[in-house]
Amino acid sequence: MNWWNRPAADTQITHGGRLWLYVLSAIIMLLLVAPTLIVVPMSFSDSQYLEFPPSTWSLRWYEEYLGSTKWMRATATSFQVGLLTMLVATPLGVMAAYALFVSRHRATKAIFLLLITPMIVPVILIAIGTFYAYGRVGMNNTIAGLVLAHSALALPIAIIVVTAGLRSYDLSQEQVARSLGATRTKAFFLITLPQIRFSVITAALLSFLTSFDEVIIAIFVSGGTNATLTKHMFAALRDYIDPTIAAISTIMVILSSALLLSIQFLGPRGNKN
Amino acid sequence: MLIDSRLKLSFAVTDDPLGTTALPIEIRDLTKRYGSVYALNSVDLDVHSGEFLTLLGPSGSGKTTLLMAIAGFNRPDSGSIRFGEDEVILTPPHKREVGMVFQSYALFPHMNVADNIGFPLKLRGITGAERATRVEEALETVQLSGFGARNIDQLSGGQRQRVALARAFVFGPRILLMDEPLSALDKKLRERMQIELKHLHRKLGVTTVYVTHDQREALTMSDRIAVINDGELIQLDTPEVIYNSPANAFVADFIGESTMLPLKRDDAGALLFRGQKVGDAGADEGKDWTLVVRPERLFFAGAGAETDDQTIVLKGVLREAVFQGESEMALVSIDDDTEVAVRFGTSGRASPAASITGDQVYIGLDRNDVIIIPGGQAA
Repeated sequence: MNWWNRPAADTQITHGGRLWLYVLSAIIMLLLVAPTLIVVPMSFSDSQYLEFPPSTWSLRWYEEYLGSTKWMRATATSFQVGLLTMLVATPLGVMAAYALFVSRHRATKAIFLLLITPMIVPVILIAIGTFYAYGRVGMNNTIAGLVLAHSALALPIAIIVVTAGLRSYDLSQEQVARSLGATRTKAFFLITLPQIRFSVITAALLSFLTSFDEVIIAIFVSGGTNATLTKHMFAALRDYIDPTIAAISTIMVILSSALLLSIQFLGPRGNKN
Repeated sequence: MLIDSRLKLSFAVTDDPLGTTALPIEIRDLTKRYGSVYALNSVDLDVHSGEFLTLLGPSGSGKTTLLMAIAGFNRPDSGSIRFGEDEVILTPPHKREVGMVFQSYALFPHMNVADNIGFPLKLRGITGAERATRVEEALETVQLSGFGARNIDQLSGGQRQRVALARAFVFGPRILLMDEPLSALDKKLRERMQIELKHLHRKLGVTTVYVTHDQREALTMSDRIAVINDGELIQLDTPEVIYNSPANAFVADFIGESTMLPLKRDDAGALLFRGQKVGDAGADEGKDWTLVVRPERLFFAGAGAETDDQTIVLKGVLREAVFQGESEMALVSIDDDTEVAVRFGTSGRASPAASITGDQVYIGLDRNDVIIIPGGQAA
């Protein structure tokens, strides 16, 4: 029996019978990924302008990016804000998810909804609100301000990811640990945390990415020496279009993909968490 | 006196390798409410030092709530729990020094067998060679020598059960609590583990409180059984007494099989069933009385048998006989709305004179097997 006539699943549908499905999936994937990937060849162009396909090839736009103080400082800012956001949002997210998981209080549903509102409200509203609020307390253009705003965005993601991890965890393990002599805190760190660690790592990486990729809030509340990479890219697209943007985009796509892939590979094989 | 002798016995049998000392538990007036529902309603209970006591009741009866209160995982609204001399009602779980085995075993999947069992020792600062020795001793006790390096997911259900057990007693707790630890096992393994747990208890001599809803398990394993229903302690006694002299209709119905027959009290205080005297109410003026008949205590009497000083005979019609392997169950109607179950062995000798459905039969009950409880039938 060749591949064409072999059943594709427990049902009797053959691969041949599923061909239309494979083609459709391929088209959808192409449509989703192509716009992202199109910047990759453009970044290796020798042209002054964004051009596809490039007529001549070079690495000059990567040199341009790596050699520019302005771009490098923005990159450093983005990393700094991303890491700090990760450090703020991850512990808070773990604590909130754990509390909501173990609590039998009837307000937990409402609290959960409250905590994930930043995900539901349009980011532009958060950006405008934050901008005016920061204006009053003088936190615009500060790293701390940006980290706080990004943490609000990342928190819902961290909570949802960790909650999902806790759902497959047997809480009586923690009770056993306590009966065996562990304080509640010890039981959490020795027994619960190691078992939800992949969810926690995922939450941390996604928190970092949430901040690293974020542009709208950054446009409003970051500026001067504390402007992020995304803000500079946005400004560059508006003011002068050159393939540096494509080079930076390529690097960001690779970085983001690498992080997401590492979540996949770091994660446990099989069905745990 | 009985308790003293048991204590001596358990100390004699115990080689006490882990330095275990058993402690009695004294529970007074323990009450726990969830809203307007009493999960525990003023429970008094004494668990003797070194005994195996089972909390038996249907689901939702409060038996697990009581166990969790002893472990410290739920805070009762009022009352007192003492371990020996110490009041522990405000003591957090990690300071109570009780070993606990859960229904789900709750082994730590990110540690191997030895690390699971060594966990309570590690928390107590016991390290290196001493920890390894004690873990190995515990493994030996539960017959899992050499399993230390295994991962949890490499163990069968019965092996996991033993690891959970070893982890619960390795640090020498004064009290061992078990919450339906065998309910996840299949019947054969469960029955073997019941005997093993009993042996282990005798060996360790530790005060053990065991929760189950399985009356057979309770009868098999316990020194004493505390029957619990609706948050109240209904009866506390040895398995024999619980079975042979249930305190009320609930206990009679919940433990073992039974048929309840209402009795009439005559002016002289005699208790009558269909005009036949089955017992005496004595000075008790109570109006309702019930005769509890265990199917296996009934037998088929010869045709025309009569009630006498030794035997009470009931006449009825055989409705059905069901083959159940080790025994056969016959349903006999003694009137239009009363059916009595009779269980008899399936050895050739015991069969009921080859009766067929619809035949008239005579069933006998030895007067020594009469169980009479005050009150009407269970609702």
